[in-house]
Amino acid sequence: MLLRHTTAKEIDRKALTINPAKTCQPVGAMYAALGIHGCLPHSHGSQGCCSYHRSALSRHFKEPVMAATSSFSEGSSVFGGSANLVQAIDTIFKVYSPEIIAVHTTCLSETIGDDLTQIVSKAVEDGCVPEGKMVIHCNTPSYVGTHVTGYSNQVAAMVKFFSTATPKKKNVVNLVAGWMEPSDMGEIKRLASVMEARTIMFPDMTGVLDTPMNGHYKMYPDGGTTSKDLIATGDSKFTLGLGQYCTEDACIKLENKCKVKFEILDIPIGFKATDRFLMSLSRHANLPIPDSLSDERGRLIDLIADNAKYLYGKRVALFGDPDTLIPLTEFLVSLDMRPVYIVTGTPGKPFDERMTELLKDIPEAKFKSGETADMFRMHQWIKQEGVDLLIGNTYGKYIARDEDTPFVRFGFPIADRPGHNYFAKTGYNGAANLVTQILDAFLDHEDRTCAEEKLEFQL
Amino acid sequence: MDKNKKETLDLSKFKEEVLAIYPPKIAKKRGKSILLNDPDTIPEIQANVRTIPGIITQRGCTYAGCKGVVLGPTRDIINITHGPIGCGFYSWLTRRNQTRTTSDDQENFIPYTFSTDMQDSNIVFGGEEKLKAAIREAIELFNPKGIAIFSTCPVGLIGDDVHRVSRQMVEEYPDVNIFGFSCEGYRGVSQSAGHHIANNGLFKHLIGRKDDVTPTSKFRVNVLGEYNIGGDAFAIDSLFEKCGIEIVSTMSGNSTLENFETAHTADLSLVMCHRSINYVAEMLETSFGIPWTKGNFIGADATAKTMRKVGEYFGDAELSAQIEKVIAEEMIAVKAAADKATAKTTGKTTMIFVGGSRAHHYQELFSELGMTTITAGYEFGHRDDYEGRRVIPTIKIDADSRNIEEITVTQDATRFKPRKTEEELEKLKAGGLEFNNYDGLMKDMEKGTLVIDDLSHHEMEKLIELYKPDVFCAGIKEKYVVQKMGIPLKQLHNYDSGGPYAAFEGAINFYKDIEMIACSTIFKQMKAPWESEEFVTAEYVFN
Repeated sequence: MLLRHTTAKEIDRKALTINPAKTCQPVGAMYAALGIHGCLPHSHGSQGCCSYHRSALSRHFKEPVMAATSSFSEGSSVFGGSANLVQAIDTIFKVYSPEIIAVHTTCLSETIGDDLTQIVSKAVEDGCVPEGKMVIHCNTPSYVGTHVTGYSNQVAAMVKFFSTATPKKKNVVNLVAGWMEPSDMGEIKRLASVMEARTIMFPDMTGVLDTPMNGHYKMYPDGGTTSKDLIATGDSKFTLGLGQYCTEDACIKLENKCKVKFEILDIPIGFKATDRFLMSLSRHANLPIPDSLSDERGRLIDLIADNAKYLYGKRVALFGDPDTLIPLTEFLVSLDMRPVYIVTGTPGKPFDERMTELLKDIPEAKFKSGETADMFRMHQWIKQEGVDLLIGNTYGKYIARDEDTPFVRFGFPIADRPGHNYFAKTGYNGAANLVTQILDAFLDHEDRTCAEEKLEFQL
Repeated sequence: MDKNKKETLDLSKFKEEVLAIYPPKIAKKRGKSILLNDPDTIPEIQANVRTIPGIITQRGCTYAGCKGVVLGPTRDIINITHGPIGCGFYSWLTRRNQTRTTSDDQENFIPYTFSTDMQDSNIVFGGEEKLKAAIREAIELFNPKGIAIFSTCPVGLIGDDVHRVSRQMVEEYPDVNIFGFSCEGYRGVSQSAGHHIANNGLFKHLIGRKDDVTPTSKFRVNVLGEYNIGGDAFAIDSLFEKCGIEIVSTMSGNSTLENFETAHTADLSLVMCHRSINYVAEMLETSFGIPWTKGNFIGADATAKTMRKVGEYFGDAELSAQIEKVIAEEMIAVKAAADKATAKTTGKTTMIFVGGSRAHHYQELFSELGMTTITAGYEFGHRDDYEGRRVIPTIKIDADSRNIEEITVTQDATRFKPRKTEEELEKLKAGGLEFNNYDGLMKDMEKGTLVIDDLSHHEMEKLIELYKPDVFCAGIKEKYVVQKMGIPLKQLHNYDSGGPYAAFEGAINFYKDIEMIACSTIFKQMKAPWESEEFVTAEYVFN
């Protein structure tokens, strides 16, 4: 057994987190910043933070993840990191020539109280920021919230530093992308383009973390939301925030700054969330939903109906981030499955409220968010009563193996399988991909473990 | 690729070209870390100095070196990260330190990560109480023999004292060995500071705690600086077993607390990764009289050489005969694998930028494949790892090194025991066996090759653009960058989930993996057929 010390017996645990279902803010800020075209994320702290975040993102995407660091020494920790950051900004523009540097803090620079606004102003005064180039920044103390909070803070910074309202509103809908894969973003953009809606997605990791291999490395890949588009978000007529935890702050800031009204939606995972997304986009872009999308939906419903018997009543445990867990739970319920254990390390009321609502017909369901809402706890619940399926990031494989439970990878990080940044889980096609993965997990398990005479040739 | 690829490359122009883009101050500083090697005169290299802020570096932090590298591989200790959640999360299962128990009732905490998950209130009001509560919860849940506490950046800044907390908790739980590390990420200039801090902690809190051992052989050694990435320590274990030598302690691959506690009972320490563990080797000698010699199990020849050294040291004819027998047996398969691989790999070039010893050791394996390492360097090495330990007295102690605790180790009053008499040692030295020495990487690299410390992203791009190696060796952060350029990258931190690469068994694995890279055809498919020059398009002309 791998997790041999995990037993069914829970204690009143308040201080010790064991196998977290979250990580810290800066990695979220780094990921979001990669969704700006021509941007180099910069970690204002010790080298290790930057190294860990780049490694985690590289392992997940199997793609280059570039970022710089202020390389704090003990001296900078005592006297402040201003000199390091000013020097870093100067060095980065001279050596690595980005259009934009997106600085985020760490627990170190937050604890010593470095003031980014002041330091960046100093860098500008010192002539370290070339004409036409920009340094944006956000605060991402690791001891507040989680990686989801860091992502949200970076997206809010995009609004703060770019979005500008001119007197003329355009018939464009902003799509603020929550934490999802480039593939998921690509699928959402495809749905919008099938509808012929004019949209600006930000951040946008398509073309950044799914780049082709052609022998030419581009430090700043072709993808990412351009600064021109980011500025133009202030002139859009409406904003859809996809994922409350990651995008609500940016949406509110955009409304306050540029009077662009918004609606917060779930990330379109599963048919219900996709239905809502398309209907909202249709309403705000003032365009009909074409028949081809009705057909996509129909194909998904057909797939689910054909395989309903394998899904009905199956108990599922899942862990990850609220913005994906909420629509995913809704989708599982709509498949007549029973999501019984759900944990996220990310704190916040919306998760608890939405889960209470979504799980009202599943009285045995347990969920928890925030501190000590970790994978150890979820595993203890599984030890108390098992599940038929586990959904979550790669760290789930240790539980899945110990408990001999079918496992579907979803979330961050997925370090041990490729493809998640190529094949979407959003939209109707993405939902079909997800259902197929769930069925594969069940049926492969069944085929491997059933009695020989029970091995089925057909579904 | 022709055999003389290296000869056609003009490595001497690199420095000038690569520095051109840097502002003068940076160029001046980086220039001291980039040089053309001369194994006869060994030029001085700048190493173990701060990375310039903004320069994209391979390096990590002190916490990573302490918790991740040195203490991470021990399975029966609970390692609690005291800090916000990230550090504990990123050091969770990411280093491929394999561990193997023989039954499920033995402790194994490797698949777990433990953190105090500090919140803002802990930063403001202090985190010591939460740390204590976390230790109590860990003991209630798991009843471990040992608990180590690792400090992250904010801990030192807010004044939490992990050592005091550890002492208090030992009073509360006298049966649990609880100790802390001040390994905040901002200390030092790289992971290297964390290794040193970890070494000090090992010595203070674990080594020598248990005298009672049941030897399984009269030849007993420690293997230091071997972390069992990809099962390397398993391959070394199996080789030693065949030769009839007992490994008392591997530090720290596949280890348990007891391995550290009894390490002082061994008669020889073999140092694999000089950078990360040489302090322990020195302390074991000073305190207990155990000599150390540099060992290397990366490469079949290096493995044979190291085993023969062990044979010479013990001076037992039967042991030496057994070692020769094992080498002869193992070399049959090694030679067959090498012959098959070299047909594909001879004449190719590689560049290696990892770690504190791997950039040196792996050159042996590449040379067995007929490949030349045209440039190499360490991520967190010191001058002695490049130039040899003879330069240690001349290394300037700067502010960053001064911050790392130096512990004073003295002869153990009752347990110090010279393993060899002065005459015996002199005789062994006269026979070519070196003690307490490491000659470093530069002595083993050809004249005119490039040595670069703390390679930056820009320098890496330039190396590839100018010299197009056949294989580039580095880590995960570099992997996909290099491969986008059409050059395969072999990860030498995590072995691309391969290995073991140590000992004879490992050499065979490595030959196969590099042969696979050399024969991989996918890199030839980077251009679509219609993008090639031969592709001629024609159009209908409509009137």
